Amino acid sequence: MSGLVAVAEATLLGPADLCRQDVEKALGRLAAAGADLGEAFFQSRKSESWALEDGKVKHGSFSVDRGVGVRAVSGEKTGAAYVEDIRPQGFKSAVEAACAIVRSGASQEAQALQAQVVQPIYEGVNPIPTLGQGDKVALLSRIDRAARRMDNRVQEVSVHLSLSFETVLVMATDGVLAADARPMARLGVSVIVVEGKRRESGYAGGGGRRDLSAFSHNWPEELAQEAVRCAAVNLDAVEAPAGAMPVVLGPGWPGVLLHEAVGHGLEGDFNRKGASAFANRIGEQVASPACTVIDDGTLPNRRGSLSIDDEGTPTQPTVLIENGTLVGYMQDKLNAKLMGAAATGNGRRQSYAHQPMPRMTNTFMQPGAYDPQEIIAACPKGIYAVNFGGGQVDITSGRFVFSTTEAYLIEKGKVTQPIRGATLIGNGPEVMTRVSMVGNNLALDEGVGVCGKEGQTVPVGVGQPTLLVDEITVGGTSA
Amino acid sequence: MRREVDIRQQEEELRTLAGAILQEARRGGASAAEVSVSQDIGLTLKVRKGELETVEFNADRGFDISVHNGRRTGAASTSDSSEDAIRETVARALDIARHTQEDPCNGLADPALLARRLPDLDLFHPIPLDTEVATAAAQACEAAGFSHDRRIVNSEGAEASSSQSCTVYANSHGFMGSYATTSQSLSCVLIAEDGNGMQRDYWYSADRNPKALEVPEQIGRTAAQRTVARLSPRKIATGEHPVLYDPQTARSLARHVIAALSGGPLYRKASFLLDSLGAEVASRQLRLFEQPLLPGRFGSAAFDGDGVVTAEKAFIDAGAVRSYALSAYSGRRLGLPTTGNAGGVHNLRLEGKTTPAEALFKEMGRGLYVTDLMGQGVNQVTGDYSRGAAGFWVENGEVQYPVHEVTIAANLKDILRRIVATGDDHDQRGNVIAPSVLIERMTVAGGA
Repeated sequence: MSGLVAVAEATLLGPADLCRQDVEKALGRLAAAGADLGEAFFQSRKSESWALEDGKVKHGSFSVDRGVGVRAVSGEKTGAAYVEDIRPQGFKSAVEAACAIVRSGASQEAQALQAQVVQPIYEGVNPIPTLGQGDKVALLSRIDRAARRMDNRVQEVSVHLSLSFETVLVMATDGVLAADARPMARLGVSVIVVEGKRRESGYAGGGGRRDLSAFSHNWPEELAQEAVRCAAVNLDAVEAPAGAMPVVLGPGWPGVLLHEAVGHGLEGDFNRKGASAFANRIGEQVASPACTVIDDGTLPNRRGSLSIDDEGTPTQPTVLIENGTLVGYMQDKLNAKLMGAAATGNGRRQSYAHQPMPRMTNTFMQPGAYDPQEIIAACPKGIYAVNFGGGQVDITSGRFVFSTTEAYLIEKGKVTQPIRGATLIGNGPEVMTRVSMVGNNLALDEGVGVCGKEGQTVPVGVGQPTLLVDEITVGGTSA
Repeated sequence: MRREVDIRQQEEELRTLAGAILQEARRGGASAAEVSVSQDIGLTLKVRKGELETVEFNADRGFDISVHNGRRTGAASTSDSSEDAIRETVARALDIARHTQEDPCNGLADPALLARRLPDLDLFHPIPLDTEVATAAAQACEAAGFSHDRRIVNSEGAEASSSQSCTVYANSHGFMGSYATTSQSLSCVLIAEDGNGMQRDYWYSADRNPKALEVPEQIGRTAAQRTVARLSPRKIATGEHPVLYDPQTARSLARHVIAALSGGPLYRKASFLLDSLGAEVASRQLRLFEQPLLPGRFGSAAFDGDGVVTAEKAFIDAGAVRSYALSAYSGRRLGLPTTGNAGGVHNLRLEGKTTPAEALFKEMGRGLYVTDLMGQGVNQVTGDYSRGAAGFWVENGEVQYPVHEVTIAANLKDILRRIVATGDDHDQRGNVIAPSVLIERMTVAGGA
């Protein structure tokens, strides 16, 4: 990690005519003004994306963003300033603006910076140049050809590749001196298939904190095949049923259920403020005993993983629900301190120009005992949902939704016809108590998840085994 | 802390920067180029339970460049406007333009269509970024919410925000346009509780002119009224019912329609309104149009993202599609002229057979009044629509009780044809403006 700090200082501070002593001086200024926690977060992010449509790679773009976010925290108060100009004058003005809120506090002293030793969980290699520009174009074209070859009903193919590399450096008055070098790759394929008057779309994507060479040789073809399969399934989809019924959720990405039904409600800030349906419920039964839910930022190379969070705290596996009992919240430094808890490595921010807050990393449910086939067979009439678009939650009431993109009817314990997209709606704490069977087939998603909270988006992962929810409202059109 | 800011002082510098970037692109061999440069300065401040909770200052600058190399194109952007960064960013765009494939539809807009006159649209009303003034407004707003009803037990805070922006767009046809804008907003999120649990809701006011904002106390009171009204919600049985969207949720219907009439989804064949030009797609009373030159509005602009002059126009009139929303590029893809909608629409407005809002309840009789929508359950390719909703059950034209945990579903093509009436209560905030909209029927799924 100290090697990472040196690289980050050279990348972020050097070109801006700043050095570590300048930042230490600024932290001293924040402490003297009365901040319990003063922090400077420097970030540089390079990204490149390529898009294919109509059989050609027509669009490509490159971007580089750089800046610093300065924070002064005093009790529940936070003063923050964000500037893209890291040079001494811009940095100084940010420090002064951040102080504005804590002026009345008692003067404090900053602790000496101490570089932490954290084992990185991904290689700090910039994925952008690991493949030549011509090879990137060829990769996208290869997926386009594969998709068209698979099914002559394919009418349109869009392929999108994005690669990014981020360098962050955190220095704070609590002595934290930490850096991270974060690669990210994401590849997505959308297709439109047409048969008679029906027109349907399908999507497949994947990625993670790695460069493209880490993916298997035939991964591009697999993505194309999956996108075409999803679209073709929907050509035969019938109207979805409407009303409350049993729902079997497939493994992997349907874990978006956990993200919405319990994940957001277990973020420290909402619970400190008493705004969550899960507030003050530690130790209570909030889910069926079959449910153990974990947030884990340490899974190697996953999209939601981080070696350190954006406050310099190492990530960790955090058990949220154990055998149905609520045991923990996800915390950043501010909320952990105010709740008398430990930071859990969940302090994340979209960029230097946003405030950190408790956010999920990779959230998943531990596997249970059942064979997935047994679970479907146990459901006389309901739906089997294997793929979803997105979801949303109102953490105060616990209401949440998520919308299917691939789902089937279950009739007499057998999966039958595909159904059109429908939104599922329920109440988090209620739905979790209705999880009656949990499969032995835990899977994590493919690595395309994006989570939004208070206007900030961050990459996340989800996962779960196949599971049966005894009753949830399905929003089809067939009443 | 008080900062006197006038972002117009940087307008000349940004214009010079835009010119330098185009020159660098030409020097690097681009056959054509376009650039947009923007600068934002702002203050956002939140008060919770009477106490100042966060103060955030931001100062951002960035530029986006697109270069054309014959029929190939490449783009790059950065937040760093130093000379070195400009050189590197332009070089990156040019490098990409050597590797993308030829597309005969690429290129700048026709020079004859570029905006010549740039009228003053009254978009700039600067005030100092003053934490004391903003704190007082947010405190007054939240306090009015708390004192409105004792069931308001908690708050997610009142947030005041003030910002100034300056944007320049220039291209190698010699066009350069710039404008400065201001934006002010005040919002409040409250939590109410009774024996049946907690509910949250919010209200906000936003305008380019600080004098046009609702007074803080009014915003707090409205937030409190809306929150308390949601307490002790019931579930309802599944069935087909009329659905009345309030003006805030009806705005999303206008967004789905304009997305389906936009160039990208149309040329990707990913729209449920494919090949609909001239076709009747909605109830005959429906009109969907834009008014780019209205003074002082959020969507007002004299030129679009290609520099093309904007003008008032109907996308849907008497239920029939009169125009798509196209840029120079998407227009060429579809064999049609640009409509001045590169980057989107400008002050989009939905109107129908206007009925006083209260009369809409009578007209509906019995059904669901929707005031909140959740999730993204809209398939733009097929028009399949299924979203989470909350609101109120209406009997005999009168609101009976709050309803939650329902979904409303139909196909958007049917929803458009089933518009029975619209209100006189347009929500004027933002770039998409809609009144209450009454739909003859949708499938309402509930858990009761």
